[in-house]
Amino acid sequence: MGFGTFLLKRSANMAIVLFFVVFLTLVLVGPTMDNILKRSIEVSVTEEIAQNKALLSTFKDAKELESYKKNLIDVRAKALGLDEPWYSPKRLGLTMVKILSFDLGRSFFLQSDTGSNQVSDIILERLPRTVLLFTSATIIVTLIGLYLGAFSASKAGSIIDRFTSGFAVISSSFPVWWTGMLMIFAFAFVYRVFPARATPLIAVTDPAYIWSLLYHMTLPLITLVIIGFGAWAYIVRNFVIGILNEDYIMVKRAEGIPERKVIYSHALKNAAPPIITSIALGLSGSIGGAIISESVFDWPGMGKLYFDAISVFDIPVIVGLTYITTLVFLASIFIADLVYGLFDPRVKVT
Amino acid sequence: MSLAYAEIWREFKRSRTGLAGLIVLAGLIVTSIVAVTTIPIETFQQWQNPAQWTNNPKTAMPAWVNNFFATKLPEHQIIRDPEVIEMSEGGLRTVSHKFTFNYNYDAFLNDFMLNYEAMYHTTPPLLQLLIERPDGNRIEMLRTSLPSPQGDSYTHKATIFSTDSAIKNSVRNILNMYDYPADESQPQVTLFSDLHEQKVLKGTYTVTATFFLFDERDQVLGSSLLLGGKVYGLLGTDELRRDLAIGVMWGTPIALFIGISVSSISVIIGLIYGIISGYKGRGTDEVMMRANDVVYALPALPILILLAVTIGKNILLIVGYLIVFGWVAIAKVARSMSLQIKNLQYIEAAQLMGESSTRIIFKHIFPQLLPYAFAVIAISVPAAIITEAGLSFLGLGDPTLPTWGQILHDANIFGAASRGLWWWIVPPGIMIAITGLAFVLIGTALDSIVNPKMKKI
Repeated sequence: MGFGTFLLKRSANMAIVLFFVVFLTLVLVGPTMDNILKRSIEVSVTEEIAQNKALLSTFKDAKELESYKKNLIDVRAKALGLDEPWYSPKRLGLTMVKILSFDLGRSFFLQSDTGSNQVSDIILERLPRTVLLFTSATIIVTLIGLYLGAFSASKAGSIIDRFTSGFAVISSSFPVWWTGMLMIFAFAFVYRVFPARATPLIAVTDPAYIWSLLYHMTLPLITLVIIGFGAWAYIVRNFVIGILNEDYIMVKRAEGIPERKVIYSHALKNAAPPIITSIALGLSGSIGGAIISESVFDWPGMGKLYFDAISVFDIPVIVGLTYITTLVFLASIFIADLVYGLFDPRVKVT
Repeated sequence: MSLAYAEIWREFKRSRTGLAGLIVLAGLIVTSIVAVTTIPIETFQQWQNPAQWTNNPKTAMPAWVNNFFATKLPEHQIIRDPEVIEMSEGGLRTVSHKFTFNYNYDAFLNDFMLNYEAMYHTTPPLLQLLIERPDGNRIEMLRTSLPSPQGDSYTHKATIFSTDSAIKNSVRNILNMYDYPADESQPQVTLFSDLHEQKVLKGTYTVTATFFLFDERDQVLGSSLLLGGKVYGLLGTDELRRDLAIGVMWGTPIALFIGISVSSISVIIGLIYGIISGYKGRGTDEVMMRANDVVYALPALPILILLAVTIGKNILLIVGYLIVFGWVAIAKVARSMSLQIKNLQYIEAAQLMGESSTRIIFKHIFPQLLPYAFAVIAISVPAAIITEAGLSFLGLGDPTLPTWGQILHDANIFGAASRGLWWWIVPPGIMIAITGLAFVLIGTALDSIVNPKMKKI
């Protein structure tokens, strides 16, 4: 199969996944959404009538008032399209088209730091912070992992190699957020170096905000690096060891090329495609995992927003976030596939 | 690929890491059995009910910390068997409950309280509470009348707290005994203080609760003295006074259940799915693999959260959600394995003999992949446990079954990390890691046996 067909297939697959995720999200939150909207119409209509004394005096009895109220509620509901259930093809289709074209609507409760309640504003404000934290962490982890992994592979069986492997197994056994709690205990309670909560206390508009944000980012960043680099080094080590057993490396050695150069230039280069794929997957995975890590540190990114939205059941925000997260996730898988295909001419796709 | 199970076991016994994993797993199983048999499930199901835990101290450290520090912190004690002395003079009977205890700690109690239960008929009894200190001073802490009986043979059950204003008032009356400015706001400190220096008066204390009964049918049904300490039990207590040892121990069987059920069901589903896809080939294969790709590309955690929030948080439901995301990777591997096996001669022979595909899949291919399946099951247990812990940590766990993740959720809510309550955070996390590690060790050992290609790495 050619690379073009492969890309086409992948894109089709992505579109299906995206469609399916949005559909599933709407199916899951649909009934609750209808109830919330209907109740809010009822509340606002009741309030309006109660405040309008002139109107109140025109009713002869309670029955007439009730029928007037019911009528008004029905009209309002119809205006919003609530006369049909959420699963009617018309409404479901309309909502899906809206979401897929990034019209994410207004939030119920949550607001952006600048006071907007447009879901897209809220998410756009948070997205760079999540990317900032997790991309920095991934870059640092990758650099340490590449160097340490290649070094361990060159000294396979040595104490450093064993230590790296052991550290990898142990560090990946602990949940990241638990290590986060320990780090808060160590650096916010025992040694009061960093703040326990990562949300800066000064306003976003303050020019010092960015420095405050970076200072507050240190503890989550250190935690993500500590928990991540061991597993990374282990993956790189295994790829490189696999390649060191190949014949062409043997040839390079026989040619008299220094061992350092063999490892860091030839072996590492050939291990690149699977490593790059793992980096892309690791990044997308960590953005999904951000929901928990950000909640531990109170980092004001998308993950924390997701958690807050679920706590108050702010459905538009939940739906919008799920859509954007899926999009980011799929984009990184897609890029990983693309890079793999470009780097490795042997790629066989099924 | 086909290996006899005896042979696998023989190889496994030679793997040190595999055996280490097995020993840890045995330890976890023993912990589970101890938890299930010694701690009644009723106690454990009351985890979220604060009324159940009022007899425990609040955020007390584990008792063993006293072995590491020079300052001995008071241990939490409940004295349930007082010495009972009955006397009668004329029509008046007195029943005294005497609690004698040694107080040799370097810090003061958090509080103390007396629980009692009395049955009476006409005139309410009087209750006098005395404390006798090691320096010989006898201090009356309280003298009160029990409430009027409501109906015949009325049973009154109550608790006197050290913070009751009556006790504070009696402490105010003795403040002049102290050489330094003492105060009445904390009776548990003042009553246990040295008269000359501001420190703990060590020695034997006696607290006596004397009931004056006016009817010969009246009875004191029981009493207990609770000394609210700063250290408690094996793992201490949390902010809601819950005994963390109970939560952490009961978490073991639940984590094992979640981990093993999720991974084994996912692996079996994935295996069968992959085999069918590979064996049938052509259109079936294409459709099944595209469906597999769709599930593979779903962002797991956001959808898990949505499912838990909208459908429900029952533990069986959570196991189900985790299976939805668990079977995907193994299906791909099983498919490529079944592609190899299906071209082997004995499969062709079976086909020629007219055996049905179902029979071939379950009788001839599935058993071939079973040893490999065991390795994958073991390796995927930690992910299931960590994911469930993550969901619980977000507050989306089954509220009737406290897991390690839920304990950590509560710890996070009450800011345990920034308040330094390490005993609330460390044990559940260590348990998650140990359980994961045991299965990883067993799984990698098994994998290197059934997957000889991996051995040299």
